[in-house]
Amino acid sequence: MAKSLNFIIEKCTGCHQCELACSGMNDGIFNQDLSRIRIFMLTEEGKNVPYACIQCEEAWCMHACPVEAIKLNRDTGAKVLSDAVCVGCKVCTIACPYGTVMYHPSSGKVVKCDLCDGDEDGPACVASCPTSAIEFIDLSAA
Amino acid sequence: MSWAKRSLRVNLSAGTCTEEPTNMEWAAQYLGQRGLATKYLTEEVDPKVDPLSPENKLIIATGPLTGTNASTAGRWSVITKSPLTGAVACSNSGGFFGGELKNAGWDMIIFEGKSPKPVYLHINNDKTELLPADDYWGKTVWETEPAIKEKHGDPNMKVASIGGAGESGVLYAAVVNDMDRAAGRSGVGAVMGSKNLKAIGVRGTKGVQVRDPRAFMKATNEGKKILEENEVTGTGLPTYGTNVLMNVINETGALPTHNFREVQFQDASKISGEAMHEEGPDGHKNLVRNGACFACTIQCQRVSKVNPNHWTVKDKPQYQGESGGLEYENAWSLGADTGVGDLDAVTFTNFLCNEHGMDPISHGATVAAAMELFEEGAITEEQVGFSLKFGDAEALVKITEMTGKGVGFGKDIGMGSKRLCEKYGRPEFSMTVKGQEFPAYDPRGIQGMGLAYATSNRGACHLRGYTVSSEIFGIPEKSDPQVTEGKAGLVKAFQDATAVVDSVGLCVFTTFAWGMPEIQPQIQAAVEGEYSVDELLKIGERIWNLERQFNLAAGVSPSEDTLPKRLLTEGAKSGPSQGKVAMLDQMLPAYYEARGWGKDGIPTSETLSRLGL
Repeated sequence: MAKSLNFIIEKCTGCHQCELACSGMNDGIFNQDLSRIRIFMLTEEGKNVPYACIQCEEAWCMHACPVEAIKLNRDTGAKVLSDAVCVGCKVCTIACPYGTVMYHPSSGKVVKCDLCDGDEDGPACVASCPTSAIEFIDLSAA
Repeated sequence: MSWAKRSLRVNLSAGTCTEEPTNMEWAAQYLGQRGLATKYLTEEVDPKVDPLSPENKLIIATGPLTGTNASTAGRWSVITKSPLTGAVACSNSGGFFGGELKNAGWDMIIFEGKSPKPVYLHINNDKTELLPADDYWGKTVWETEPAIKEKHGDPNMKVASIGGAGESGVLYAAVVNDMDRAAGRSGVGAVMGSKNLKAIGVRGTKGVQVRDPRAFMKATNEGKKILEENEVTGTGLPTYGTNVLMNVINETGALPTHNFREVQFQDASKISGEAMHEEGPDGHKNLVRNGACFACTIQCQRVSKVNPNHWTVKDKPQYQGESGGLEYENAWSLGADTGVGDLDAVTFTNFLCNEHGMDPISHGATVAAAMELFEEGAITEEQVGFSLKFGDAEALVKITEMTGKGVGFGKDIGMGSKRLCEKYGRPEFSMTVKGQEFPAYDPRGIQGMGLAYATSNRGACHLRGYTVSSEIFGIPEKSDPQVTEGKAGLVKAFQDATAVVDSVGLCVFTTFAWGMPEIQPQIQAAVEGEYSVDELLKIGERIWNLERQFNLAAGVSPSEDTLPKRLLTEGAKSGPSQGKVAMLDQMLPAYYEARGWGKDGIPTSETLSRLGL
């Protein structure tokens, strides 16, 4: 299985519900700066661009990590970060060509999307999006 | 929980920023935002104070749900004494500023005194500082906001600022955030300008904690589902925005036009929500897309573009991009009320109002009054500088630019319709209550709105008791718009419920789909203490009476609970309500009774003590 989030930029209205759902579910607090998904707002172009880890096959972040804090979940294809193992060196943020491993402002470590690893309802952001701009897709089926 | 439990007091005279605990006892009694800040205002400000003097205070307030994932929970308010009405002002805005302020860990900012020089407040979580605004004073909102973000090198910063209108004391100047969202009404921007406060720039990364996150998310998700399935909040508003009302209200015979001389506008369809969707012969479409405020799943915002070939923007590339499009109120005031049926000109004029920071409702309505003064010969071409007739789009644009910049006859327009019409000897042309201009519903066609306008604590306003919901849409129950019976109780119920919604940090548009039983679980899971539906409505009533008490002490007499003579004596000229006047006298005594006030409109001591006031 290789699952991933997929973003339909045209549908995003910039409400930030996905960021609030992500931090609410994973951290128990509503904080956009903790979210593993972010909306980049291009106000002048009238566009909002959601971005998060696309669970790429190459997984540069996983290979770059010196302490093996990022592991592959073979059921979903997600690259899952262990906060307990992470030492906050941030090499993964440099290795990721998409810029989707995020700084965590208070712990000094990093966070990344793990597709809400293990949650039977699927990723919280997908369920929270009022316009279905975020899809949860199975790449192996394509 | 869900409160930051601290507020920031900024003494502009002394140049100090001081942290203090938010009064949680008051928060329990008044919820937050509109209610809580009004409590602070009544405790700290003499109601008789000159609104533009240093003794007045300006309070920026969030609610307990602001910054959470409850749908529409990005609301914030500006509370002060209004220079337009002399009554309490509470102007509510969306966008992203409110959520950011809460995320920085502040419930409220209380501005007091007056800065000797132009300043702006910079907040980055715990760091708070007043900085010189010499570089920004004289600049528009559209120039100031990006310049402040650039200075601090942070595109994620959120800014609320005033433009030329607030600086020059336009009595209906707004505080504008996120370029095109505004705390628009009652001249809160003029108070900010009088304090030499140009802007507030805030960045917050602390997050907002609720009492029970899982229960809260369950409650908010259920609420979101109801909004999604509701016809108005799930389909009508996202597709057509508030301007879906233009054709509906015109057909009802309640669309005031030509300064309320008539109740139906021949060009209504040309400036309607539907027209914004239409592609013109050259392929241009006014509406680019819909947008959302912070955490909003209704997403009614219009992102619009003026046709680049239109005369308003042809040689002005800075106005050819996307920006906040027409709401129903603005399309009405700048269009129908002035008799202008040119969608591009009205959209452009709305851009100008955002850019210069002024309330498009009051502005359009004041221009409409000026047009009547002009046509009746009370003001002349020499005084204005050009002809100012109904339907003249070029004159509308010109006078708007002059008002925003505070030059020429624009200075007279900036006084608002009441003072303008008094100055030129025809006070009867001013369509105002307590000095504030009417919004877009003619009470001759929707009787309940007449009572709502007459009794609104901030002067004529549709957002203090929106009985249009019931009288036109049948939400929660249909009532006949031409009937006065039962409207007293209806208006009171809407006023009290709206006070709760405004105070908790939600958008009033949710109430098309949510009643208090849908809102209560969201509040309950977020804050400490027990809140039943009845308790919440009692809080709403308490807030209403507190505002009333402030106004009475300020010298706003119950005799001002009335409507302009035109609406009380001149019948509607066409439509389903032809011949009807606003029958306020049939509703007002019943309203005072329903409120537990004396026949003189003053709350009885029993009522006050029942509400703990």
